Amino acid sequence: MARSQGAALDRKKLMADPIMVCTIVVLIAFLTLFILYPLAILLVDSFVGDGNGFSFSVFRRIFAMPNFTTAITNTLKVGFLVGILSTVVGLLFAYVEVYVKVGKVVGGLFKVVSMLPVVSPPFVLSLSMIMLFGKAGLITRFLLGIYDNNVYGFWGIVIVQALTFFPVCYMMLKGLLKNIDPSLEEAARDMGASRSKVFLTVTLPLLLPGLGNAFLVTFIESIADFANPMIIGGSYDTLATTIYLQITGAYDKAGAAAMAVVLLCITLLMFAVQKYYLEAKTAATLTGKASRGRMLIEDRSVAIPLTVLCGLAAFFVIMMYLCVPIGALFPTWGYKFTPLTFKWFAQVFTKYKGLRAFRDSFVLSLVAAPITALLSMIISYLVVKRNFKSKGFIEAVSMLAMAVPGTVLGVGYIRGFSGGLFHTGFLQGIYGSAAILIIVFVVRSLPTGTRSGISALRQIDKSIEESAYDMGADSFKVFMTVTLPLIKDSFLSGLVTAFVRSITAISAIILLVTPQFLLITVQINEFAEKGSYSIACAFATILILITYGAVLLMNLFIKFFGTSRKLKEAE
Amino acid sequence: MSKIKKGVKLDHISKIYQDPKTGKDFYAVKDTSLTIEPGSFVTLLGPSGCGKTTTLRMIAGFESPDEGEIYLGDQAINALTPNKRDTAMVFQSYALLPHYNVFDNVAYGLKLRKVPKDEIKDRVMKILDLVELTGMEGRMTNQLSGGQQQRVALARALVIEPSVLLFDEPLSNLDAKLRVSMRTEIRRIQQEVGITAIYVTHDQSEAMALSDNIIIMNKGVVAQMGSPQEIYYHPNSEFVADFIGEANFLKGSFQRQDGDHAILNIEGHSARVPAKEGMSAGTEYTVVLRPESAVLADEGGLPCRVILSCFMGSYQNYHVMVGDTLVKLTDYNPKNKKIYAVGDQCSLVFDPESVHIL
Repeated sequence: MARSQGAALDRKKLMADPIMVCTIVVLIAFLTLFILYPLAILLVDSFVGDGNGFSFSVFRRIFAMPNFTTAITNTLKVGFLVGILSTVVGLLFAYVEVYVKVGKVVGGLFKVVSMLPVVSPPFVLSLSMIMLFGKAGLITRFLLGIYDNNVYGFWGIVIVQALTFFPVCYMMLKGLLKNIDPSLEEAARDMGASRSKVFLTVTLPLLLPGLGNAFLVTFIESIADFANPMIIGGSYDTLATTIYLQITGAYDKAGAAAMAVVLLCITLLMFAVQKYYLEAKTAATLTGKASRGRMLIEDRSVAIPLTVLCGLAAFFVIMMYLCVPIGALFPTWGYKFTPLTFKWFAQVFTKYKGLRAFRDSFVLSLVAAPITALLSMIISYLVVKRNFKSKGFIEAVSMLAMAVPGTVLGVGYIRGFSGGLFHTGFLQGIYGSAAILIIVFVVRSLPTGTRSGISALRQIDKSIEESAYDMGADSFKVFMTVTLPLIKDSFLSGLVTAFVRSITAISAIILLVTPQFLLITVQINEFAEKGSYSIACAFATILILITYGAVLLMNLFIKFFGTSRKLKEAE
Repeated sequence: MSKIKKGVKLDHISKIYQDPKTGKDFYAVKDTSLTIEPGSFVTLLGPSGCGKTTTLRMIAGFESPDEGEIYLGDQAINALTPNKRDTAMVFQSYALLPHYNVFDNVAYGLKLRKVPKDEIKDRVMKILDLVELTGMEGRMTNQLSGGQQQRVALARALVIEPSVLLFDEPLSNLDAKLRVSMRTEIRRIQQEVGITAIYVTHDQSEAMALSDNIIIMNKGVVAQMGSPQEIYYHPNSEFVADFIGEANFLKGSFQRQDGDHAILNIEGHSARVPAKEGMSAGTEYTVVLRPESAVLADEGGLPCRVILSCFMGSYQNYHVMVGDTLVKLTDYNPKNKKIYAVGDQCSLVFDPESVHIL
C-alpha cells in the first residue's frame, strides 16, 4: 500500500497556500533559533567547553564541586516537599469549594487567593516572609518578641514556594473534582459508606493521577524557580541560583552550561512523566461530565472545620500579599511604624530612576504581549486544525519550552548569542538589545498561551472552519474571519497573561539584561538583596497595581466586546 | 441557475489510513470507480466505517486520494484545495459561523467571491426565500431551531451556485419527525435548482426517499449501485439485501430449470423461484425473501412452524421456522385474516416473482 500520492497531493495543496507556507517556515525558524538552538549550544558547550575536544571533563569538574552536588540535593528536597505541600493545600481548597457549602465571604477569599499569584511578581511572598517573620519581622519580633528568628534557608524557600504555587494545584484539582460524577459517590453512600470512607475509597482513587499531575507540575515550578531562592535562600543554594552565580560570579561559562544541562534534564524528565503518563491517566479516569449538580455537604461537623481551616489559610496568604503595600508605607520597617508615609514611593521616582524602570519594563512587555498572543494562537490553530508534516515539530518544540527553566534559557541565550550564532559573530547585534529581551519574554510566555489556545480551539467544531474553507476562503481568510473571532476571549486573555508574565519575569531576563535597560523586577531583586525592603516593596506595589490594572482592563474589555457575551446572550 | 450542471467521476480511487491502535495501514476506500450523472441525486449509503464520508470528503478536497483521480465535469481536481473546488458542503453539525447572523452566514461565500453588495443582498434574499427563512436574516444562528439551522446551512451552500452539492449526514442531528419533513424539503429544492447532489447517510429510508441512485458501500468498496427499486428488489449480495430493508435468506440446492423459473430444494421441499443464468444441478443458491412478500396459509407452500405471533396494529408480525431457518414475516392489514398462534404448523407461501435469487 502506498500512501505517497495522498501525501504528495496534501503537499501540493499546502503549497497552493503561500501565506500558510510562509507562516510555517517563519514559525519553524523562530522556534529553532530561539528555543532549540540555545539549548543545543548548551549541550555542545558542556562537552567541548574546556577546549580539549569532546569530553566529559566539564561534567567531571562540576560534579566535583561540593556546592553543585549540594545544590542538586537541595533543589530536589525543596521541590519534593513543595510539591507535596502545594498539592495537599490545593486539594483542601478544591475540595471545600466543590463539595462543601461555604458562605459568600469564604468563596470570595478563594477567588482572591487564586488570583493573587497571577498578578504579583514571583518573589513578593519572599519579601513579605522576611518582613513578617524575619529578624526584624513584624510578627516574630513585635508580636512574639523573638529576636533571632531565621527565615532564610530551606524552610523559608519551602513555605514561600508552597504558598506561591498551591493556587495552581487548587485550580487544577477543582476542575477535576467537578468532573467526578456525583452519582458514583452517592452510590457508595447508598451502600453504607461513611463520608470519610467515600472520600478514601471513591473520590481519592479517582483523583490519584490528577494529584500526581499537580505534584509534578509544582515540583517543576519549584526547581525552576529562581527569584524566591535568590531572596530568601540565604546561603541555601538551589540549582537555579547556583547556575546564576556560576556565570555572574565565577564567570565559568562552560560550567554554568553543564549545570544548566543537568537542571534541564531533571525538568525534562519530570515533564515527560507528567505530560505523557499522568495526563493521559487523568483523562482516562475522569472522562465523563458530571451528570447533574452535586449535593453540597451541609453537615456542620464537616463543613465548619474545613471552612475555618481554608479561611485561615486564605487569610494568611492574603495577609502576606497585603504586607507588601503596607510595608512600603512605614517610615522605617522594623523600627518606626508611624506616621505612614509616601516617601519610599517618592524615592522610587526621585532617587532610583523608577520612571525609567517602569517605562522600560512596560514598553518591552507591551511589545512582547501581542507577538506572544498572536504567535500562540497561530501555533494552536496549526496544531489543532491543520495537518502537515512539520506539525509534530512545532507542537513538540512549543511544549518543550514549557519544561525549560528560565535560568537555563538565559544561559543558553548568553552562550548562543553573545558571540553571535555558533560564536561566529553573525547576528551578534541582537545580544544586549531590546530585541533579545522581547524574544525572551515571548519564548517564556509562549507555552502558556499555546496551551490555552489549544484548549480553546478544541472546543470549536472542526467543521466550522472546514465550511469556511469549503465556501472559498483560504487559510489566512479562515484564520482571520472565523478562528480568531471565535477565540477572541482566549486571545485577549492570552494577551494580558503574556503582558503580566513578561512584566513580572525575572529568571531568564536577569542574565541577559544590560545596563542600558532598567527592569522593575531586576530592581526589586537588587533592593531586596541589599536589604532595602521598603524600596523593594514600593516598587513591587506599583508593579502589582499595573498588572492588576491590566487584568481589570481585560475583564472589562471582554465583558463589553468579547464574542462569548454576544453568543451567551443569544442563548 | 444558469450554470452548466456537472457530473462527478471517481476513477479507481483509494484512501489509506493508519489504524491508531495497531499502527497498520488499511484501506478506508478501495479502488472505487463511480460515475455520477449531472443533475442527479445520488446517495452514498452504508454502515459506519464503510468509507462513505471519506469518499465525500475526498470529493470536497478535505482528504487527498492515495490512488486514482477525481473529476468534476471533465476537470481532474485532485490537486485543488477545497476553496478552489466548485463544490459546496452541508455539514452534519451544520457548521454555521456562530459569530455571524443568518444573512452574514449565507453571504460569506459571496463576499469571498467579491460579488457586488447589491447582488449579494439579492441573491441571499432569494435563497432564504427558497429555503423558507425570509424574515430570519437578522437572527444569530444559535437563536434558530435545528431545522432552521439546517436550512441556513443549505442556503449557504446553494447561494454560491456550486456545480455539486455535498451532504454529510445533514439530518442526523434532527428529531425523527423533522428529519422526514426536511428530507422532502431537500429533495424539492434539489429538483427546483436542478443541481448535482451527493448525499451521505446511514439511514436507508432517507436514501430511498431522496435518491435517483443509491450507492451502497461496505468496508471501503462499492457493494452495489442502482435505483432504489433495483437495489431493493434485486440486491446482488446478502449484505445489500440485509442492509436495505429486512430480508430472509433461504438456502436451497438447484434441482431443475422450468422455463423462466428454477426449482430449488429448500429444507427438503421444492420451491419455485426465478431462474438466473448458468445455474447448475446440486449447487446451493440463496433466495432473498422480503418479510412482506410471503404469507402463511394452511397448505400449498413450504411447511413451517410458528414461534412468534405478535399484533402490531397495521400488521401481524410472525417468526416461523422453515426447517432450521428462521423466517420473519409481516402480514399487513390482518383484521379479517386467519391469525396463526405460536406452535401452529402451517405453510409459507410466496409468489416466485416476488423473491430474488442471489
